[in-house]
Amino acid sequence: MNLNFLDFEQPIAELEAKIEELRYVGSDSEINLNDEISRLQSKSRDLTESIFTNLKAAQISQLARHPQRPYFLDYVQRIFTDFEELHGDRAFADDKAIVGGLARLDGTPVMIIGQQKGRDTKEKVQRNFGMPRPEGYRKALRLMEMAERFELPVLTFIDTPGAYPGVGAEERGQSEAIARNLFVMSKLKTPIISTVIGEGGSGGALAIGVCDRLFIMQFSTYSVISPEGCATILWKSADKAIDAAEAMGLTALRLKELGLVDQIIKEPLGGAHRDIDATAQNIKSALIDTLAHLQEIPADKLLDLRYERLMQYGNYTEQ
Amino acid sequence: MNWFSKLLPSRIRTETSTNKKSVPEGLWAKCNSCSAVLYRAELQRNLGVCPKCNQHLRVDARTRLDIFLDEHGRVEIGSEIRPVDALKFRDLKKYKDRLVQAQKATDETDALIVMQGKLKNAPLVVAAFEFKFMGGSMGSVVGERFVRAVNAAMEHNAPLVCFSASGGARMQEALFSLMQMAKTSAALTRLQKRGLPFISVLTDPTMGGVSASFAMLGDLNIAEPNALIGFAGPRVIEQTVRETLPEGFQRSEFLLEHGAIDMILDRRDMRDRIANILSILTHRSVA
Repeated sequence: MNLNFLDFEQPIAELEAKIEELRYVGSDSEINLNDEISRLQSKSRDLTESIFTNLKAAQISQLARHPQRPYFLDYVQRIFTDFEELHGDRAFADDKAIVGGLARLDGTPVMIIGQQKGRDTKEKVQRNFGMPRPEGYRKALRLMEMAERFELPVLTFIDTPGAYPGVGAEERGQSEAIARNLFVMSKLKTPIISTVIGEGGSGGALAIGVCDRLFIMQFSTYSVISPEGCATILWKSADKAIDAAEAMGLTALRLKELGLVDQIIKEPLGGAHRDIDATAQNIKSALIDTLAHLQEIPADKLLDLRYERLMQYGNYTEQ
Repeated sequence: MNWFSKLLPSRIRTETSTNKKSVPEGLWAKCNSCSAVLYRAELQRNLGVCPKCNQHLRVDARTRLDIFLDEHGRVEIGSEIRPVDALKFRDLKKYKDRLVQAQKATDETDALIVMQGKLKNAPLVVAAFEFKFMGGSMGSVVGERFVRAVNAAMEHNAPLVCFSASGGARMQEALFSLMQMAKTSAALTRLQKRGLPFISVLTDPTMGGVSASFAMLGDLNIAEPNALIGFAGPRVIEQTVRETLPEGFQRSEFLLEHGAIDMILDRRDMRDRIANILSILTHRSVA
């Protein structure tokens, strides 16, 4: 079993292995296997396509957390130039689960902020698996307020299982830190675009996600609680995560249908990790287009529109 | 079933079980802290505070509003807003059925009740959570009613007080419930801009999406004694850090110690003290 493939991708993995094998044999033999290889390659493409057009919510949730999925910093170097990382909340610590700083997007000065997961074990621990503590949110807040002062648009990138549930985090006011960000972001006098690049986990995600436009990657998820958490509470069993994922409608497509996200950013066949450059390019052009549009709106009008946008969230009847 | 009831003919058995149900309930209450058995009428006179150990037991939203507001001039706001199941959410039960069940059990239509009224003759708007309604969870109706409370406060140039008691966001409304955190917090920016005070009273329990939005955004955050207040639930934290949590963790006194709240107030002093605070903030002389 190839670990770079998820369980539902195993048929693809097997084909790929076969192709690899033929290549190896073909390289030191007289027989020309090129025809056979290209036949298998096209079969693999078809298979991938058919698997990926019918993904279940739980499978997309797996893809959103794929070990090879590109993280915030993978995109930063491909989308932005002149990145200057800024550290610390000026009060307690520098939370490495949130990275932020100054950069340029196609020449336009911007402030970028994103949650960052780790690739290897050491980095995972350092980044706390992308679960920010209050100081991370307060660093983000500091940078957003700086962006407002210097008239820089804020671009945020969401990828977190949630805010960290720990003793220290509670002591230092995790709730207040998240709440404060929601409050300030809803009146921040500069355009904000948020993009869900992996997992959008609950309040910990929303704390950098109040915005004028919300993008979501094709194979990303955004929900009020993880499918596992939801299953544990409502089904009384974490094994029902598949049902929970389906019921919550946490996929890009479903959220678009519900009017909760503005735009889905396409990923290459098989997911963002199959071609990070192409994915980054898709994000970059979406950001450039939308930012140009938002920057034309006068600041006061932008805030009114953002307020209206926030007020229309919800389903209820009036009797 | 014990051996004796097995001996009884089935007709009599059913009768005994229905008889059981008809025994009047609620004459006595038990304190969840010191386990003292309390006469309910006396407990009510004491505003739901255990006379033996001072534990502030949970009270329902109507009682809360009743003991806080002046008797005259109360008008409910936003009761016409009713929940819908837009996602057709279904876990072990349908969300629709859970709503009906909660409505029957509480006689309320959702988990937040808003009332415009007076506190010692000064106008104000008060919101209170009904914890018995699906754990006081915040869905679209709670969010919208909170926004209407803010709007009513602005319309009448009055302060806003909210008594929170909630497990957090309502999972059955998925991302819509998460967005209520942003919606309610955004509404408070307008109240602040108008210079009107918002006092957030955190009661047992205030967790998750409610504590991580408007409940922590008070000009003053006030808690009742020994209320559980936090972001993540204690069980989740325990599983994450794999150690037992310190005594008093996430209780009001812990929050006061760590600088998250302004004060802890006894429920029986709540009216006087909040009236005094508001009169100072709004430059009103005390009547």
